[in-house]
Amino acid sequence: MKIIVLVKHVPDAQFDRHLNGEGYTTDRDESILSELDEYALEAALQLAEARGGSKAGNQVIALSMGPSGAVNAVKKSLQMGATEGVHLTDPALAGSDAAATSLALAAAIRHLGAGAPVDLVLTGMASTDGETSLVPAQLAERLGLPQVTFASSLEVDGGRLTARRDADTFSETVEASLPAVVSVTDQINEPRYPNFKGIIAAKRKSITTLSLSDIGVDPSQVGHAGSWTTVTSAEERPPRTAGTIITDEGDAGIKLVDFLAAQKLL
Amino acid sequence: MANVLIFIDNPGSALKKSSLELLTLGRSLGETAVAVNGELSPDVSAAFAEYGVGSVYRPSTQDLDDYLVAAKAAYLTAAVQAAGATTVLLDNSPEGKEIAARLGIRLSAGVITDVVALDQDGTAHKSVLAGSYNTAAKTTTPVSVLTVKANNVTPEPAAVSSAPETATVEVPADGTSAAARVTAREQKVASGRPDLTDARIVVAGGRGVDGDFGPVEQLADALGAAVGASRAATDAGWISHDAQVGQTGKTVSPQLYISAGISGAIQQKAGMQTAKVIVAVNKDAESPVFEIADFGIIGDLFDVLPQATEEIKKRKG
Repeated sequence: MKIIVLVKHVPDAQFDRHLNGEGYTTDRDESILSELDEYALEAALQLAEARGGSKAGNQVIALSMGPSGAVNAVKKSLQMGATEGVHLTDPALAGSDAAATSLALAAAIRHLGAGAPVDLVLTGMASTDGETSLVPAQLAERLGLPQVTFASSLEVDGGRLTARRDADTFSETVEASLPAVVSVTDQINEPRYPNFKGIIAAKRKSITTLSLSDIGVDPSQVGHAGSWTTVTSAEERPPRTAGTIITDEGDAGIKLVDFLAAQKLL
Repeated sequence: MANVLIFIDNPGSALKKSSLELLTLGRSLGETAVAVNGELSPDVSAAFAEYGVGSVYRPSTQDLDDYLVAAKAAYLTAAVQAAGATTVLLDNSPEGKEIAARLGIRLSAGVITDVVALDQDGTAHKSVLAGSYNTAAKTTTPVSVLTVKANNVTPEPAAVSSAPETATVEVPADGTSAAARVTAREQKVASGRPDLTDARIVVAGGRGVDGDFGPVEQLADALGAAVGASRAATDAGWISHDAQVGQTGKTVSPQLYISAGISGAIQQKAGMQTAKVIVAVNKDAESPVFEIADFGIIGDLFDVLPQATEEIKKRKG
């Protein structure tokens, strides 16, 4: 199988995150591989391993779009077990919204499928920075492929896949033919940690750098210029401040209800 | 005046509050039309008239629910064209956002999700980075596609009710040709509690409940609240993953968020940041949750919650 996993380099949510500069993009100091993408990578590795791994010709390609630092998301993916890495980077990509991002990624996926066709494009259920979940659906639309999003289980048998999806009020089984775009939830598996062997092996794996001209995208189609949305202002929310703190002396439950009544919340 | 198209998926026997909110918001922008998928009951039609809807569009096929997202996006694209709409409003559910996503590509239209308010000039307001920023955004395209979070608009019928025209929209065949098919669907047992993302009050439990969500659920039921949980609690299997609030779970913005036995590490804070009022109950006085709580109780949730539940029942009679 030839699987492309989309991995994003995002600001670490353990620290304060900031919006800056033209178009109020995220400040990318202290960035990491988006946690939710690890589940997509793990799902890809399991599918490849079940088919004999890289020795049997299975490919797991980690593709990241972003500035220079985004190569770190690719490196982490290689340490976890991806067979090759691709870094799509170009100054013109800065500030791309979901539509422009999906345009560039769709072109990169077509480029990577030019020799041997891609069987599966796997993504996380959302990025942990933008959190819109738009890109997987937009990629499916642009590539004309079946969309299987929020999969909590995934099986591939020959040219077909079966996935389970869990919504709040129902669960469903969906089927699609390959190739397909699949996003997975954080319930699908337990992503592995890179081990020492994986970290050493990653050093010998290749990372291909692609620019917009390599994938045949005009700079005006992406970035701020090519985006269909624009952020006009961004204000940091004032931090919440602590209110009244009491220690339970046997009547805290009643005091809690008094507080709710005073706030007209009962 | 803008032409606004509102998508309402399977309205059932009565419109949900969030649908009435979309109708109200749409009317504040211009002429409204509705694209419905699924059955159209007399009560729902009456509500459309009451809310001043000009036209109601229905799909030419009844099998859109058998496909994942793509078929509905194809239908809605045709409905937008039929209505000549320049603004499209959808609910902010995962499916609503994905229909919006594909509609945006089909119409070369900008998509903005998680909208909480909309200005007359089309500027959309939302909060990002787990509630740490409020941003304003606009689309730069002739058509705007917006998914709107619930509970940000007060539903209000139109001053003068309308007599909506009904029209059928031909669903483009390409919506189903490359779509994933739904082969089985099981309804989950309804909890009878409000939906977590839309709830006015949320009572959430964390590691401190130690496997027993009973006190959390009882307080929630006394308040008519939804039940939430931290990732630690869902990972431990104490409660369904659907209940998870936070970075990798649901973002909630209730009027009241009661956190019990949740330490308030940054990922948990993320889910509750935009709540109007936060109440925290935790045994550990050093818990970070007390830094953001409007009312904090250092105490055992197994004492405090049942006492509060009894007191609420007593006062509500």
